[in-house]
Amino acid sequence: MRFLQIAAHLNKFRAGIAGAGGLGSNCAAALARSGIGTLVIADFDVVEPENLNRQYYFTDQSGMYKTDALRDNIRRINPAVNVISHNLKLDENNIPEVFAGCDVIVEAFDRNEMKQMIVETVQSKMPGIPLVVGSGLAGYGNNETIRSRKIDDTLYICGDESTTAGDDLPPLAPRVGIVANMQANIVIDILMQKKSASRS
Amino acid sequence: MKILLNNREETFEEDSISVSRMIELRKFTFRMRIIKINGVIIPAEKYDTTIIRNGDNVQMLYLMSGG
Repeated sequence: MRFLQIAAHLNKFRAGIAGAGGLGSNCAAALARSGIGTLVIADFDVVEPENLNRQYYFTDQSGMYKTDALRDNIRRINPAVNVISHNLKLDENNIPEVFAGCDVIVEAFDRNEMKQMIVETVQSKMPGIPLVVGSGLAGYGNNETIRSRKIDDTLYICGDESTTAGDDLPPLAPRVGIVANMQANIVIDILMQKKSASRS
Repeated sequence: MKILLNNREETFEEDSISVSRMIELRKFTFRMRIIKINGVIIPAEKYDTTIIRNGDNVQMLYLMSGG
C-alpha cells in the first residue's frame, strides 16, 4: 500500500491522546505526520523549560498550555489534522466524555497512579475501545529492553515495564521517543485493520 | 490447577486461589499493576475475593512512572 493510501485510510479515524507530555506530544506528532484524521488531546499543564529534554515543544512556547502549543505544532506539521483539545485534568469521570467517539486512546501520562486510573476507566467504562499504554522508559541505553505486547484486542503496552522515572533516572528524549513512536505504530496498526470509524 | 499467566502455562498445587494469594505465591511485589482474568479487569479492592480457577487466562502488567 502506498503512503497516500495509508494516510487516506487513517484520515477517517479519531485517536485520543491522554496527556501531552513526552509520550503524548511525540505520539501526536507521529500520528499527524501519518495522516490521522482527528486527534483529541487532553492535558492541564503548561510548557516549562525542563520539558524540552524530551517533549515536542520549543523554547518560545514556554508558559503556553501544552494543548495550545501542541495544536500549533501539529498544524505546522500537517494542517489537515483536526485537533480537538481539552485543557483539563483527566479523571475517571470525564475520560468517557472527553474521548467519546475515539477509535483508539493513547495513555500518555507521567505518573503510574494516573496510568492505572485510565486503564481501569477505559477498560470498564469504554468497552471495546483499544488503549495503548506506555510503561517503563526512564534513563538511556538498553534499547533491547523496550518492547511492546498485546494483552488483548483492547489493551496494548509499550516500554520496558521495569524502569521508574525519578531524579536519578530521568526520562530522556530517545527512550521516551521510542516508546511514544511504538504507541503511534500500534495505533496505526489497529486503525489500518479497521474498515470504518466506530462513531456513526 | 493449570492457568495461563501472561501467555505461559503455570501450575499451582491448589484447585483455586484468590488473586491476592497468586500475587503472594508468585512474589509480584510491585503494587502498581493491572490484572485481567479472562479479559475482565480486576480492580485492586477485589483481589481478595476474586478466585482464579483451572484454565483461567490471567494477564498482568506493571505500570511504571515516566512519560
